[in-house]
Amino acid sequence: MEKRVVFRSAWLPWALLAPQIVIITVFFFWPAAQALLQSLQQADAFGTSVEWVGLDNFRALFDDPSYLASFKTTAIFSVLVAGLGIALSLMLAVFADRIVKGTTLYRTLLIWPYAVAPAVAGVLWLFLFAPSIGIVSYGLQAIGFAWNHLLDSDHAMALIVVAAVWKQISYNFLFFVAGLQSIPKSLIEAAAIDGARPWRRFWTIQFPLLSPTTFFLLVINVVYAFFETFAIVDASTQGGPGRDTAILVYKVYYDGFKAMDLGGSAAQSVVLMFIVVALTVIQFRFVEKKVNY
Amino acid sequence: MVERRPTLGILAHVVLILGVIIVAFPLYVTFVASTQTAQDIVNAPMSLLPGSHLVENYTAAIQGRSSGAGSTAPVGRMMFVSLVSALVIAIGKIAISLLSAFAIVYFRFRFRMVAFWAIFMTLMLPVEVRISPTYKVVADLGMLNTFAGLTVPLIASATATFLFRQFFLTVPDELLEAARIDGAGPMRFFKDMLLPLSRTSMAALFVIQFIYGWNQYLWPLLVTTDESMYPVVIGIKRMIAGGEAANEWNLVMATAVLAMIPPALVVMLMQKWFVKGLVDTEK
Repeated sequence: MEKRVVFRSAWLPWALLAPQIVIITVFFFWPAAQALLQSLQQADAFGTSVEWVGLDNFRALFDDPSYLASFKTTAIFSVLVAGLGIALSLMLAVFADRIVKGTTLYRTLLIWPYAVAPAVAGVLWLFLFAPSIGIVSYGLQAIGFAWNHLLDSDHAMALIVVAAVWKQISYNFLFFVAGLQSIPKSLIEAAAIDGARPWRRFWTIQFPLLSPTTFFLLVINVVYAFFETFAIVDASTQGGPGRDTAILVYKVYYDGFKAMDLGGSAAQSVVLMFIVVALTVIQFRFVEKKVNY
Repeated sequence: MVERRPTLGILAHVVLILGVIIVAFPLYVTFVASTQTAQDIVNAPMSLLPGSHLVENYTAAIQGRSSGAGSTAPVGRMMFVSLVSALVIAIGKIAISLLSAFAIVYFRFRFRMVAFWAIFMTLMLPVEVRISPTYKVVADLGMLNTFAGLTVPLIASATATFLFRQFFLTVPDELLEAARIDGAGPMRFFKDMLLPLSRTSMAALFVIQFIYGWNQYLWPLLVTTDESMYPVVIGIKRMIAGGEAANEWNLVMATAVLAMIPPALVVMLMQKWFVKGLVDTEK
């Protein structure tokens, strides 16, 4: 879509664009180019000499068992976060759609976590599950379940999944509520007249018609689990025990800033960039589809 | 609903109430912990009823009188840093996106589409994938531990530019023709026509970007090393150090409550625009 009527000026549009262009050049494209460049170089520990190593950094990366393990951790983590987050919020949204009174009240109470910073969410859940003082871990121990996320990597994974899902439920919920409201009531009434019960109506009408929303949320949740959960991990488990909850973004940060392996960190950045590009392409192809829907 | 099924109606409420309880439980425990003494909390299990140290804990946290193992910087200062950064990020994003969307929609010039795609590409370069080189740029510009370093690199926004572009495209051409006949130049048209019309979109974006700015973590973690420039989200993390009992959890939790209040207020008070903005921007 284009405007028929436009202004004419040689310099004004550039003046208007200047702030945005300057910022994206200095803080986006220049650093991204640097990351690409660094990923093909190897600097020594003191930064005195730099040499071209071609794809060696990438080769080293994919030969490194800890990097592959981090991939696996991230995959498990994002499947759990996206799956649980979507399932729980869909359930809440479907029930919220059924009730007549109090929808706004429930919505207000359920959107709270959206405002909570991921790092704060990490700290809150860390506090609840702290092995010796946390109230939830105390409850778990009382029923004979020895919780210790400092030693057991499955427990640590469960902790970050719970915190990440808790934080994301409100977002998913709002989208599902909006999606459910846009389904024509006549369809549901017609099915009810044909004798379809609520359970069946959900699976044959609402769920299929919600599929664009669900798919959209799936992509968003995977992006969220990949990138925005860094704060949750850093605030609660710090990638531990060992490296068992070090998701990819955490590893980029750790290798670049703690272990000072610039080439390796840059190569990881480049791999992440490809992942983001792939996810964005998927997302936009889907948006186009939805326009024709 | 199409049929009356009292049991299902009750079930719906039960599920929703359970959902609300699970969502609210951590927040409640946080609040309760912030009203007790550090000793009360360490003696597990802590009480689930509010204690009597609310005022004391919050003043201690705000003034930075913690004796815990981690950072003891005053939270009052951190709240100020967070507020300034969140406001600069939100308002800055809205301002520069309005201008660039205006240029892209209402002008024809060479490389217009190049500029558009360049802005679009930034969607694919979140700060997480370019942390070390961006850090280096900011360090070379001498922007570490400054408000500029905390905010400017986060101000470019493809999402906001798109939202305004979509909105401007729906503004009828007749308005521009009328403005032209009346002799208005581009900036006059922008100021007197487009800005007032964009108010709703601006409000919606403000909520989302304020929360985005307030909740930033990775970026401030890199560019601030000086306690006086910590945003509150970083401050909380730095207060936790060493073993579980070494932290003054009551003050950590008081800080957590303080850190949650401003974004929560913005969401609650501007709920209508927020929901609309969220569903519109992401589609």
